[in-house]
Amino acid sequence: MAENKVILDHIDDAGEQAIEAYQAHGGYKGLEKAMKQMTPAQILDEIKISNLRGRGGAGFPAGIKWSFIKRDAPGPKYLICNADEGEPGTFKDRKIMTSKPHIIIEGMIIAAYCMGLDTGYIYIRGEFFEPYQAMDKAIEEAYSKGFLGKNILGTGFNFDLHTYLGAGAYICGDETALMNSLEGKRGYPRLKPPFPAQFGLYGRPTTVHNVETFAAVAPIIANGGKWYSELGTPKSGGTKLFGISGHVERPGVYELSLGTPWKEFFEDIAGGVRGGKKLKAIIPGGSSTPVLLPHELEGMLLDYESIQSKGSMLGTGAVIVFDETTDMVKVAYRAMKFYAHESCGQCTPCREGCDWYYDILGRIYHGEGRIEDLDTLEDLAKYIGPNTICAFGDAFVTPMLAFIRKFRSEFMDYIEKGKYGLQAVLDAEKKSEEINHA
Amino acid sequence: MAFSFNESSMNEFHKWGKKFPENPEGRRSLVIPALWISQWQNGYISKDVVNYVAEITGTEPLHVWGVTTFYTMFKREKTGKFFLQFCTNITCTLMGADQIFVNTCKKLGIKPGETTSDGKFTAVEVECLGACGSSPTLQVNDKYYTHMTESEVEKLIAEFRGAK
Ligand SMILES: Cc1cc2nc3c(=O)[nH]c(=O)nc-3n(C[C@H](O)[C@H](O)[C@H](O)COP(=O)(O)O)c2cc1C
Ligand code: SF4
Ligand code: FES
Repeated sequence: MAENKVILDHIDDAGEQAIEAYQAHGGYKGLEKAMKQMTPAQILDEIKISNLRGRGGAGFPAGIKWSFIKRDAPGPKYLICNADEGEPGTFKDRKIMTSKPHIIIEGMIIAAYCMGLDTGYIYIRGEFFEPYQAMDKAIEEAYSKGFLGKNILGTGFNFDLHTYLGAGAYICGDETALMNSLEGKRGYPRLKPPFPAQFGLYGRPTTVHNVETFAAVAPIIANGGKWYSELGTPKSGGTKLFGISGHVERPGVYELSLGTPWKEFFEDIAGGVRGGKKLKAIIPGGSSTPVLLPHELEGMLLDYESIQSKGSMLGTGAVIVFDETTDMVKVAYRAMKFYAHESCGQCTPCREGCDWYYDILGRIYHGEGRIEDLDTLEDLAKYIGPNTICAFGDAFVTPMLAFIRKFRSEFMDYIEKGKYGLQAVLDAEKKSEEINHA
Repeated sequence: MAFSFNESSMNEFHKWGKKFPENPEGRRSLVIPALWISQWQNGYISKDVVNYVAEITGTEPLHVWGVTTFYTMFKREKTGKFFLQFCTNITCTLMGADQIFVNTCKKLGIKPGETTSDGKFTAVEVECLGACGSSPTLQVNDKYYTHMTESEVEKLIAEFRGAK
């Protein structure tokens, strides 16, 4: 099995950002077909048949999400593209935005038409200034061709699309925090229900998807839901972008049929472990998905179900590779630093839990761990995940527990021997943490 | 001195104004864009900026301050002309970013988070920049630099030093 390029088709061609190049490769044909030959109900059917699942991490079926919106309900309704891409290890959305922005826009217009939504926002993380400029330029081109604005393709359908720029907050990737941020507030996740389909942006019905999910829509409409579904497995339809990084020979973004064997992807396509070293572990879907050991990867397929059966998650498809030289205590500690920094602080169990986890992992890493520390971490976990407003609590507890369970002996080595006490480096790190943490 | 938008900032602000509903909720959506535009003009978010943004978005200074402090990219003090943001998250650190960061600070003669005495450089550690496939990643002001090594960073700094 090789790569299977649907979204990534022509993405590395020079000039593919421009609308002319995109159209020369069939771009906006899906939109024409949707608006001129299909009813909204037929579009929805194709999306359902395609088996497209949300690519933002949770994998919720897009067709079901779309059917929550009442097309004819009066008043404004919103469509949001989540381009906050902040899950450590993930770098696929940025590639689509900078290299093939029109495929996102085309998908959004089709979605808006299908659900009867009048205004769309693309929420781009503040660090992504170049992708933000690329999206703005592409939106301008789409307006000038009559794909956005009033009376699109002469159908009487109106849809406006705008970019928005975040300002540095991982939690704004949560769709309800994102909507608060778009409303000019602190990015606090909202209690659910109500769900965005009933009470979203400005309290109006709203549909939110990840960049990659929207990017799959136009190819699905152009080629049919069945075609797309059959690219993947019966339960995990289509293709998925996988970003692989760390100790790997050929890091990068690859598009694979869901169900591609892990072994083929890792060894044949990505070239295996860098420098001929041995594999120690991988994170399969971004830092919030539990780490997997080499023996757990045997027979694993890259789809939602297979990775879940191994005790982890497909997540954002962001694979991080660790070779045999990796210090897993350091990895866990660094990952935890991220979560401690990014918790929004609304829920006590998450806010305090993050700090406790970070403190305890910190003292282990600095050679001052106590024998009971790992049990304390296990115990604390029970009080965090179930008692929080958003999924962030689980998002740090689950991977942290996987680190300490699967690499227990390494943690115990640190606790018993404090064996990696590189004081000079650690002091410098401590200081930088104080500053970044303030 | 009180802060206000110059002409180009005002034009930019009006551009953003067209994106949101014409009602108080829509105006409040302009808080973050207005803070960005202020920071692009002023370099950081001062107290005067907060008051001004509250005024033009029809919100309270306290609200604007709350928003400012929530988002890490809003600076509350002046930084160097070249704002060096080193990603040290998982992948970048696997590829050596933590060492590059510590050693670059040493070479600049500053501690993490500080600014050099000539006002040219500030170095900070940041979270995943979404460019892990070409790590280590360094962001300088708005621009990404990928595949960083200590010597590459040194070259960049020399270049910036020479720049006007
Ligand atoms: C803490 C947290 C961070 C998230 N970050 C992102 C993100 O950066 N990008 C994204 O698309 N979804 C993110 N999500 C998921 C969104 O809440 C939402 O499910 C998603 O945008 C829906 O799009 P999809 O249906 O296409 O997956 C995050 C969720 C949580 C709880
Ligand atoms: S779980 Fe954490 S990040 Fe989510 S709302 Fe609560 S404090 Fe904020
Ligand atoms: S870990 Fe540094 S860019 Fe993602």
